Amino acid sequence: MFDWSFTLVLVCNGLLVGMMYALIALGFVLVYKATEAFNFAQGEFVMFGGFIAAAAATIVSFWLAALIAVAGMIVFCFGLERVVLRQLLGRPVIAVIMATIGVAAVLRGAATLGFGAGTRALNMPVPDTPFFLGPVMLPPIDLVGAAASLVFFAVFTWFFLYTRVGLAMRAVADNQQVASAMGIDVRRYAALAWAATGIVSALGGVIWGALLGVDNQLALVGLKVFPVVILGGFESIAGAIAGGLIVGVTESLSAGYLDPLVGGGTKDFTPYLLMIAMLMVRPYGLFGKGRIQRV
Amino acid sequence: MFYREAGVFKTSYAADMALYPLPVSRWGMGVALALLAVIVPLVASAYVLTILNLILVAVVGAIGLNILTGCTGQISIGQGAFMAVGAYTAANLIVRLHAPFWITLPAAGAMTALVGTIVGIPSLRIKGLYLTIATLAAQFIIEWLINHVTWISGGIQATIQMPPPVIFGYQIHTQAEFYVFLLAFAVLATVAAKNLIRSRWGRAFIAVRDQDIAAELIGINIFHTKLISFAISSFYAGVAGALYSYYLGIANYEQFQIDVSIDYLAMIIIGGLGSITGSILGAAFITLLPVVTRRVLEAVGGMFSAGIDVSGMLPELRLILFGTLIIVFLMAEPEGLDRLWRNVRNYFRTWPFSY
Repeated sequence: MFDWSFTLVLVCNGLLVGMMYALIALGFVLVYKATEAFNFAQGEFVMFGGFIAAAAATIVSFWLAALIAVAGMIVFCFGLERVVLRQLLGRPVIAVIMATIGVAAVLRGAATLGFGAGTRALNMPVPDTPFFLGPVMLPPIDLVGAAASLVFFAVFTWFFLYTRVGLAMRAVADNQQVASAMGIDVRRYAALAWAATGIVSALGGVIWGALLGVDNQLALVGLKVFPVVILGGFESIAGAIAGGLIVGVTESLSAGYLDPLVGGGTKDFTPYLLMIAMLMVRPYGLFGKGRIQRV
Repeated sequence: MFYREAGVFKTSYAADMALYPLPVSRWGMGVALALLAVIVPLVASAYVLTILNLILVAVVGAIGLNILTGCTGQISIGQGAFMAVGAYTAANLIVRLHAPFWITLPAAGAMTALVGTIVGIPSLRIKGLYLTIATLAAQFIIEWLINHVTWISGGIQATIQMPPPVIFGYQIHTQAEFYVFLLAFAVLATVAAKNLIRSRWGRAFIAVRDQDIAAELIGINIFHTKLISFAISSFYAGVAGALYSYYLGIANYEQFQIDVSIDYLAMIIIGGLGSITGSILGAAFITLLPVVTRRVLEAVGGMFSAGIDVSGMLPELRLILFGTLIIVFLMAEPEGLDRLWRNVRNYFRTWPFSY
C-alpha cells in the first residue's frame, strides 16, 4: 500500500529545503548573469558567512550577528572581485573556474585556521516546537529559512525589474559590449553582482548554519548548487527557485524511498542524475535561453 | 648555452618531424633518462624515492587530463573517479582472475576509456561549463557506485588488497624497484602523448579547443574528436589509477575523491595547459607542495623557542597555499611553468650574443 502521508511529509520537507538551496543558487546565478563567471566557491562563501555569523553570535545577538556576516561577506566579495576576478575578465572559462576553485581552497583552509575545526552552534531564536499541518511536521527553523529565501527572491526580483541599478545589471548580463556603449560601467556592476552574491551567501550561511551547525562541512551545500542551476538554467532567478525545489524534493524522496533499498547515500547523487537527464534533453535548463554561437 | 640550432640541417621529412630534431637535445634527453633510470635509484634514499614515485604516478594522470582539458578544451572534474575505475578494474582482475600486471594495466585503461567515453557522450549536445558539471556528476556517481556496489568494491570499506606486480617472474618490493617500474610507464606515457599531439588526432583536438565551429567547418567531426579525447584521457587516468593502487598495495576509493580531481586540474593549470612538459612540471610541483610546506613550517616553527606546533595547521596551510598558488599562476603566468621553462631556454638559446 502506497503511503500518501509519508510521501507528503517527504515532499513538504523537500520543498522547504529546496527553498534554501534556491537561496544559495541565487548567489551563483547573480554572478553568472552579470559576469559569466562560474563560481565554484559558492559553498565556501556560504561556509565563511556561517563562520562569521557563528563567531559574532558569541558576542552579540543572533540577528546582529547575521547582519555582521552579511556586511563581512559584502566586503570580502568586493575585495575578491577587485583583486582576483577583475584581472581574469575575457580569459578562457577554465581560468575563472580554477580561480574560484583556488578561492574555495583558500577559504576552506582559512576558515579552519581562523575559527577552529570544531562545529559551532548557531542558534536561531525561534521556538523548537514544530508546526503540524495534518500529518506533516514542519520544523520552525526550516520554515524561517524558506520564508527568508522567499522574501529575498521577492526583493531581488523587484530590484531587477523596477530599479535603475537592477535594469543596468540586466543590461550588463544581456550584452556587456552594448551595455558599456550605452554608458554603463560594466566593471562597477560586476562588482555589485559579487556584492549581492556576498549578501545571499551570508544569509545562506546563517540559515544553513542554524540548521546544521557551522563547520567546514557546510561548504558541501555548495555542491548542490550545480544541479539546481542546471535544472533551472544558469541565468534565471525563477530557474533557481524551480531548480532548488526540484532538487530538494528529489533528495527528500530518494532519501525516503531509495535509501532503504540500496543502503544509503542516494540523496547525494540523485539530483546529479536528474541533472544529467536535463543536460541531455534541455541543456540550458527549464528557464534558460539557448544561445546562438557565431564563429 | 648548449642549445644550438646552428649547423643542424634537416635533409629529410623524417629528420624534420623527429621528436628531438637537434642532436644536442637528443643526447641531453638520453643522458637525463639514463641519470633518472640508473643513478637516481642507486643514490636516492627511500624517502626521496617515495616522493619521486608519487610524482611519476601523478605525471601519467596529469598528462591524461592535459590531453582532455589542455588540448581538447573539455574541462573535466572527474579525473579522480576515472582513476578509481582503473584502480578497481585492476584490483578485481587480480583478486578474481589472478591476472598479471601486463593484463590488468591495459585492462584498467580500456575499462576507464569505456567509462570515460560514456561520460563524454553528453558532449554531443553540451559544451563548456555544462560538460564540466557533467564530469562533476560523473565523479559523484562513480564514487557512490564503487562505494556501494560490493561486487566492485569488495565489501568492507571498499578496499581491495593488491599484491605487488611481478615482471618476468620477479616480484617488485622495494621503493627503488617501484621507481624504475613507474618511471618506465611515465616515460612511455610521455612519449606516447608527445607523439599523439603531433598526429592527426592531436591536431584535431587542438582545433576543437581553439574554435569548435571552425573546426567542424574544415571537416573535423567534433563529436568523434571529443569522444576520442575522452577515451584517451581516461585510458591514461585508468592506468595512473592502477599504477597508484599497485604502488600503495590497496585499491581504496578514498584515494580518488574530488580533491584529487582538483589536484590534477591544479597540476595542469600550474604546469601549463596543453603542454606535456607542463604536465610533468605541474605534477612534480603539486606533489612536492605539501612536502616542502611541511619542511618550511618545521624550520620556521623550530626558530621560536616556544616551539609552535605547526603540524596541526599543516593541512590548512597547504590548502591556503594551494589555492593562492593557483590564483597567482592564473593571474601572473597563465601558461604555467612550461612557459617559464621555455623563457629560460629561449634566453640561453642565443646567449651570450642575444641580438
